[in-house]
Amino acid sequence: MDELKDVILKYVNAEYVEEGGDPVGFDTPLISGGIVDSFSMVSLKRFIENKYKISIPDDQATPEAFDSVDKIVVLVRRFTKT
Amino acid sequence: MAYNDTTRTMYQQTLQGLKDAGLFKQERYIHSPQAADIEVEFPTGSALKKVINMCANNYLGLSSHPDVVKAAHEGLDTRGYGMSSVRFICGTQDIHRELEHRVSDFLGTEDTILFPSCMDANAGVFEAILTKDDVMISDRLVHASLIDGIRLCSAMQDTYKHADMAHLESKLEMHQDRRHRLVITDGVFSMDGDTAPLDKMVELGEKYNAMILVDESHASGFMGKTGRGTHEKYGVLGKIDVITTTFGKALGGATGGCVSGRKELVEMCRQKARPYLFSNTIAPVVVTGILRVFDILTASTERRDKLERNAAYWRKGLTEAGFVLKEGDTPIVPVMLFNAKLAQDFSRALYDDGVYAVGFFFPVVPQGQARIRTQLSAGHEIHHLDKALDAFVKAGKKFNILGKTKQEIIEIYGN
Repeated sequence: MDELKDVILKYVNAEYVEEGGDPVGFDTPLISGGIVDSFSMVSLKRFIENKYKISIPDDQATPEAFDSVDKIVVLVRRFTKT
Repeated sequence: MAYNDTTRTMYQQTLQGLKDAGLFKQERYIHSPQAADIEVEFPTGSALKKVINMCANNYLGLSSHPDVVKAAHEGLDTRGYGMSSVRFICGTQDIHRELEHRVSDFLGTEDTILFPSCMDANAGVFEAILTKDDVMISDRLVHASLIDGIRLCSAMQDTYKHADMAHLESKLEMHQDRRHRLVITDGVFSMDGDTAPLDKMVELGEKYNAMILVDESHASGFMGKTGRGTHEKYGVLGKIDVITTTFGKALGGATGGCVSGRKELVEMCRQKARPYLFSNTIAPVVVTGILRVFDILTASTERRDKLERNAAYWRKGLTEAGFVLKEGDTPIVPVMLFNAKLAQDFSRALYDDGVYAVGFFFPVVPQGQARIRTQLSAGHEIHHLDKALDAFVKAGKKFNILGKTKQEIIEIYGN
């Protein structure tokens, strides 16, 4: 479970934080904090879907659901088949 | 009544908030044609002041050129004032099509379609040529008009870090399952004055089967040895699939824009682009002026050569004086101040010394990246630049920023 959080956190920092910028944490607001805009959310969704072989319906891939690494982990777990 | 006192008060508070935050923009009224020297009324009601304009997109000094003005008069006399129509109904004159051919020749493309502005071109092009099965991958610093156009399109949307080719490549790999991939960039970025590495982007486009769209609004007319644009600079003439550009900057400064590129994509715009279908055609007076601009540009490169010399002279002067600049080799030279209020105060100090240059701050540029964006023109002579440099140095001393680093300026003023 920690690995899931770490993988997503690492991706978010590599994808969205510019060189020299402050790294985000697990609960940093991503969308509401202006770090990830609505255009860029798509690559995050695609990364998660490809990495964990899941499909997140568009109506559940909301800015609220993607607003922090912690919330994204909740979303991934909901759609991951165990 | 919907707009009652409560509603009015709410908006007044919002506007006051902008003023308190130093983010309120004010217009200045210019009482002369656009040129290196202009006469300005600021504040409103004050006597006119003659100032040097360092913030126009009048890169080639053609905005008030007598030949362009004469050609516009001829257009009024021979083709009338307005068409009162969109293009496809009864708004297309022979001169509109002539201009489209001239633009195609100049940019090295297959076909061109005119729009009322490049804002309209960018608003319309994506939805006209893409569907929900496609993906748009845009540079994170593209112009606001491209962002708006992207938002209007049903295709998937993604971004890459500014001018980061490795990051772009990772996105192109990720999106190989889409029907079409369209990479979107400015040729010259309007706020930072840097350029997109179009040679590398074309290579990636060929490797990953992606089309390339470049907004050349701050490039057409002067980038590249003969002014064709950023694609000429990077040696990829004929390899950019779609170019959008404006006639409201170097190419005369009036109005109008276009989409230029692969003929099928241009035809898709003609059939489907909403600003083309629903907005008035460019007035004939403007078309004949633009045609004369292309006559001037294709006869000689002296204007773009002079612009290049002016930009180098200006950048050297500011650098030696100790300002923090964004690096680049274009006629857009941002003087970085980082703090919005400082940018506004600095602009006012310049104005008091006879130099007109405006502070840029959030949301026009990212928070903490306020600047004075200076823009050179072929209409500037060395005496203009020397006087403007003196004013910048004087203001730089007044605000104690000469020789300071970004961090030092932020420590003094915050961001």
